[in-house]
Amino acid sequence: MNGTGQATLINAVGLHARPSVKLTQAAKGFTARIEFALSPDGPWTDAKSPVKVMRVKASKGATLYFRSDGADAEAAVRALVDLVNRKFDEE
Amino acid sequence: MTAVRIHGRCAAPGFALGPIHRVAARRGTYQSSGAPKTEAARLTAAIASASAALEASMTSARGEARDMLGFQVAMLSDAALAERAFHAIEAGDPADQSWATALDQEIAGYLDSADEYFRARASDFKDIKARVLGSLTGVSQQPIPRGAIVVADDLPPSLFLATDWTDSALLLRSGSPTSHVAILARARGVPMVVGLNGDLAAGRFAAVDAAAGAVIVDPSPEERRVFAARREAVAEALRDAAAHVNEPARTADGERISVLLNIADPKELEALNPAICDGIGLVRTELLFDGRSLPDEEQQLAVYRRIAEWAAGRPTTIRTLDAGGDKPIPGLTPEGESNPFLGLRGVRLTLAHPQVFKTQLRALARAAVSGAIEVMIPMIAVPREFDAVRRLLDEVVLELEREGTQHRRPPLGMMVEVPSAAIAIDQFDAEFYSIGSNDLVQYVLAAGRDIPSVADLAKTDEDAVLRLIVNVVDHGLRTSRKVSLCGDAGGDPAIIPALLICGVRHLSMSPARVASAKAAIADFRMTPSS
Repeated sequence: MNGTGQATLINAVGLHARPSVKLTQAAKGFTARIEFALSPDGPWTDAKSPVKVMRVKASKGATLYFRSDGADAEAAVRALVDLVNRKFDEE
Repeated sequence: MTAVRIHGRCAAPGFALGPIHRVAARRGTYQSSGAPKTEAARLTAAIASASAALEASMTSARGEARDMLGFQVAMLSDAALAERAFHAIEAGDPADQSWATALDQEIAGYLDSADEYFRARASDFKDIKARVLGSLTGVSQQPIPRGAIVVADDLPPSLFLATDWTDSALLLRSGSPTSHVAILARARGVPMVVGLNGDLAAGRFAAVDAAAGAVIVDPSPEERRVFAARREAVAEALRDAAAHVNEPARTADGERISVLLNIADPKELEALNPAICDGIGLVRTELLFDGRSLPDEEQQLAVYRRIAEWAAGRPTTIRTLDAGGDKPIPGLTPEGESNPFLGLRGVRLTLAHPQVFKTQLRALARAAVSGAIEVMIPMIAVPREFDAVRRLLDEVVLELEREGTQHRRPPLGMMVEVPSAAIAIDQFDAEFYSIGSNDLVQYVLAAGRDIPSVADLAKTDEDAVLRLIVNVVDHGLRTSRKVSLCGDAGGDPAIIPALLICGVRHLSMSPARVASAKAAIADFRMTPSS
């Protein structure tokens, strides 16, 4: 199973400390491998590693492209896209 | 053992006698095993123990502090953080060096970011780096025992706040009387001396007379007797002064002087009777902005209201955010300025962030309904800065009116702390002035307050400074505007007579200084007695 999706960071601080931790926590709830990138052709970052997610330093307005591979791949991408669109439940 | 006398500068007056306790620098020495396997195991254990310590402190933390600790735990529990370090260990490097180099790379990545939110994260990674190095080297921050004479090169404010200072004193080799720790020490009545150089070895005994900047190491029985006598004499004078602390301040010939408080945290007011003062001359709002995110309008409103309600109708001057210089705020103040005291600080910084500034002005205009709140702008150097602030306040008041939100336009005044403002004060159309003598002195005399070797130059009672004070006071008199003084000099009994001679009639000071300041005022005669 594969899944893809995209979402734009509309929360004020982008993929900052708390949002990064929330994103990785959500990703870890799925068994599928989940990666994201700032452009549709990579470079890809492991969405389950808070250190790597922070290193991307994605600011407000950036678009995150997700790709996933595994049994629950589609549900995983849907959940992460939804979390970004909900502004990480922070605002 | 013979007694040694060491002199420094007073940062907070008071006496203490006790054993010397040294606060070690966090970095200890690390002995490498030379075996990559052992080094890797040690690093794994150090990361686990730092992580466990963080999780333990999370249980008692709330709000921003809890989020910060949670973020550090998340980073530490991610294998990706230590990946580079373990590679270096495999290549034969010791664990401490591998960890430090890997984290320095991580930190550099954040410092390079164009986004200030990400730049500010560098401090979290510095903290993470230090925590793991601390558990690798076995050096962690020991709690400070009660009743000790604490000696350190410098002390972080967090450690100061975590310590019980009963019967203690603080001695620093560097530091300055105007540092944040010094401000805290004065507010809490902890004796503190800075700029000390000498043999202050742990375990020896020291007698500290902080007002005199004097430390006697291993005092003789005779010196102890002299010390005890002086301590008792000062305590008696303080008791006398304290007996009159709730009475209004008057000079020996009856002139009424208004005594105001400098505060940084509304908690400081809890134990105080409002009768000790004629109002609050300076509320520093930087502490509100200390967390991980900026305070919103409602959070600020609640704090300003609480202060105004305590003051019960007495004038309450709240200073807008004065960050920069020696008061950085991650994510807001610029990093890497070559000279932060001449950089983007005070009103320059808030005008560069109009949304942050307007949120604060809105909260202040709304709180002004609950008391006699006045708003003061720091670091004004040219009239157009003050005009820009006035226009922002106009906008904010108009917005609140349109929304139908309850508010009152507060009087708008300015700090006089940049020499240009003190010289050409008639060009600044503020409703009141408050002389910020700490910054004014250091800018006029070109002597930094954090540099012990030039500290002797930075004196408020230099002629050049006093002439500027007179200039501001005279302009206030001619145009019926209130002029107060809110630097450390305002509560210094040695300088108060000079300020009164210059015509200053409103002195603002830390609460701990009120009793001795009122006593100094009562001893002073405006007109020489015939």
